[in-house]
Amino acid sequence: MEYIFHILILVSIYGILALAQNLVMGGAGLLTIAGAAFYGIGAYAAAILATKFGFNIFTTLIIAPLVAGLIALMVGSTFARFRDDYFMLATLGFLMIFNTVVRNWESFTGGSYGIAGIPKPHVFGFVFDTPLSFVFLAVVVLLIVTAITYFISRSSFGRVLNAIREDEDALAIFGYKTSTYKLMAFSIGAALTAWGGVLFASYLTFIDSRLFTVNESILLWAMIILGGIARNRGALLGAFLLITVPEALRFIGFPVDFAALLRQCIYGLLLVFLMLYRPKGILGKYKL
Amino acid sequence: MKNIIKTKQLVKHFGGVSAVDHLSITIPKGQITGLVGPNGSGKTTLINLLSGFFSHDKGAILFSDTERRKILPWENKIYNITRTFQQIRLFDQMTVLDNMLVVLTERNPFWSLFEKHNKYHIKQAEDILGHLGLYEKRFHNAGDLSYGQRKLLEIGRVLSMDADTILFDEPFAGLFPEMIKQIEGIIKELKQKGKTIVLVEHNMAIIRSLCDYVIVMDAGKMLAEGSPEKVLSEKIVLEAYLGE
Ligand SMILES: Nc1ncnc2c1ncn2[C@@H]1O[C@H](COP(=O)(O)OP(=O)(O)OP(=O)(O)O)[C@@H](O)[C@H]1O
Ligand SMILES: [Mg+2]
Repeated sequence: MEYIFHILILVSIYGILALAQNLVMGGAGLLTIAGAAFYGIGAYAAAILATKFGFNIFTTLIIAPLVAGLIALMVGSTFARFRDDYFMLATLGFLMIFNTVVRNWESFTGGSYGIAGIPKPHVFGFVFDTPLSFVFLAVVVLLIVTAITYFISRSSFGRVLNAIREDEDALAIFGYKTSTYKLMAFSIGAALTAWGGVLFASYLTFIDSRLFTVNESILLWAMIILGGIARNRGALLGAFLLITVPEALRFIGFPVDFAALLRQCIYGLLLVFLMLYRPKGILGKYKL
Repeated sequence: MKNIIKTKQLVKHFGGVSAVDHLSITIPKGQITGLVGPNGSGKTTLINLLSGFFSHDKGAILFSDTERRKILPWENKIYNITRTFQQIRLFDQMTVLDNMLVVLTERNPFWSLFEKHNKYHIKQAEDILGHLGLYEKRFHNAGDLSYGQRKLLEIGRVLSMDADTILFDEPFAGLFPEMIKQIEGIIKELKQKGKTIVLVEHNMAIIRSLCDYVIVMDAGKMLAEGSPEKVLSEKIVLEAYLGE
């Protein structure tokens, strides 16, 4: 049972991450590799605030998205002039800078030792320290993120993002300052992604910089593309499949080390096959 | 609002090519101005400059006598200008209806977050689609339409924008006579509503029947201007079109 709860928590956290990044990648068509960085910023914000300043994790659920959103706003406004591959490289650069800072700023981030002893959230004397209670919390946050992403994709704002994905220059002719829309999507995506980071840090109680590398961003890409890019339910399906299927493989007796290696290969192969045979993903309607 | 467009010594280079070369023209308000000239004479480039799609290298563009050093595309909404594209540019993986709605909805990014599918906008979009004969296709992706339907949808977007000045870049190219008539009708209606129209077109019969004024371009320069009858019979114009 505990194991099922563990899977449910992971599926919820990755569901949050994939939905949030899909808003940027699918919604606006911005190929970003910065997903893991904002995930990490959320996790580190929670970990540092909780362990060094005694914040309740619940409070960090409010602060961490603001921190991630503000950083995205600053970084994003310098990225505004980049398009397509250049934008992608710029976000990769940002992720690498994030990793370097986290690894080397020991007094603040614990450097390569990471941060341990991150508490569970508590409210009115209730502590979310049992697996079941944490499942509940993670699912609630996932539902909130799902509601927000659906709200955005069904608004006029969401339609404008789609038009930016389709043809940004043509859209601008109709009186849209597209850079503002892109910046807002990037920042909202970053803020929502940070929620995944807060939950992850509090759930594991320990984080270090190796958890938030480019591998993690690629995993999010694979989830979004597998499920069907630019579709919210696709992101959820992708997160569900790419968490449960490898766990199932481990369950039927693949050794742990081997399973981890195999997982990387499967993600890589999956991306290649999808691009070849089904670029729109399982539930997809759109191609990049 | 007065909305006369002028250019003064306007220049645009691409590498060594002067696509628009010290061009000074005035586009009369409330009329249909034909823009003609051989392939590569700079017509599309001029439209691109007027709509802020490209920035110009030298000279100036004036809207209602205010000089603009730099035209930004999103300011078209402010200056009330819109255009079509010679190479059709629709939002292919969006429905026909969404292609229209995106032109109708809120421009402020913050408020657009809280604007839902608005009945008033949907009604407007559907009315225009009905007028164009695209209503049945409203839930199809724009990318799945036929060439002619795509041309019509571009015009639909322009109608949704309801701008004072409309720049049409070869709206009739590659269409059947039936559809040409339909679009001619639409352009005449727009003129009746007092819109200022620029029409790039190679078919002289269409130019004669629609235009009040004609500007002939050649190699980025203005070759002649005036009423269609006068301009289209001038010797230099015939030479530019037919070669020597
Ligand atoms: N984006 C661009 N990059 C480089 N050169 C360009 C570009 N756009 C136009 N040109 C060049 O500028 C010149 C004018 O082109 P333009 O498209 O304005 O002509 P046009 O009058 O619209 O021709 P057509 O009747 O064939 O549409 C051409 O020599 C063309 O090659
Ligand atoms: Mg042209």
